[in-house]
Amino acid sequence: METLRQNRLPVVAAAAAALIALAIVLVFFYAPLDEDGLNQKIFYFHVPIALTAYACFCWGAWKAIVHLWKGKPGADLESYVAIHHGVIFGAMTLVTGSIWARYRWGHWWLWSERQLVLFLVLFLFYSAYFMLRFSVEPGPQRANLSAVYAIFGVVLIPISFLAIRLANQYIHPVAFNRHGPQMSGSQFFTFCVCLAAMLALFAALYQLELAGKRVDARLRELRELLT
Amino acid sequence: MSTEERYVAAAYLVVFAVVLVYLVVISAKVARLERTLGELVEKVRERS
Repeated sequence: METLRQNRLPVVAAAAAALIALAIVLVFFYAPLDEDGLNQKIFYFHVPIALTAYACFCWGAWKAIVHLWKGKPGADLESYVAIHHGVIFGAMTLVTGSIWARYRWGHWWLWSERQLVLFLVLFLFYSAYFMLRFSVEPGPQRANLSAVYAIFGVVLIPISFLAIRLANQYIHPVAFNRHGPQMSGSQFFTFCVCLAAMLALFAALYQLELAGKRVDARLRELRELLT
Repeated sequence: MSTEERYVAAAYLVVFAVVLVYLVVISAKVARLERTLGELVEKVRERS
C-alpha cells in the first residue's frame, strides 16, 4: 500500500493509457452506430471530456473549501491545478462539440442553445480565475481570493448541467434523462469506459503537474537557503 | 475519406493534440527544473 502511494503517478498514468486504448477500441470496433451515423463517435469522447471538466471544477472548489476551512498547506495549489485542468478539458469540450455541431447542425456554434452558452460562461468564468490569481502577489491573500472565486464558480455547474433539461425547445441531444441513459447497453458500456479513461487522464495529469509544482517550490526554497 | 469521417478524425485529433501539447509543456518544465537542480548542485559543491 505504501509502495502504491509512493508511486501513484506511474500507476495512474499507466491506468489512464490502458483505459484510453480500451476506449478507442470499444468506440470504433464494439459500439454500434445509431441514427447519427459515424459522427456519433465524437459523443463518446465529447461528453466524458465535458463531465471531466465539471469534475475538475468541483475538485478545485472542494480543495478551495479545504483551504479556507482547515487552512491545509498545499490545498490552494491543488485547487489551482484542478481548475487549470478544468479549463483545458473545457476548451476540448468546446472544440469537439463545435466539430460535432458543424456536421450535425451545419453550424460551429449556436447562441440560441442555452447549454452551449452556459458552458461557455462557465469556461470564461474559470479562465478569468487565472487573471485574478496572477494579479495578486503570492501569499495568503492570493490563496484566499482564489479560493472564494473557485467556490463561486461551482454554482454555475448545476445550472449548466440542468439547462438543457429545463429548456422547452432544444436541439442539443440528451444522453441521460430521468428514465436513465438513452442508448443501448453496449453504447452505455463504451461510454462508461470512455468516462473512466478521461477521469484517469485527469488524475494522471493532475498528479504530474502537482509533482512538478511541488518540486519547483522546493527548489526555490533551496535556492533561497543557498544565497 | 468522407466528410463525416473527416469530422470524427478532426475531433479525435484535437484531443490527441491537446494532450501532446500538454506533454511538451510539461517536458519543458521538467527540463527547466533539471537545469535549476544542476545549478544548485554546483553551488553546494562550490561551498563544500
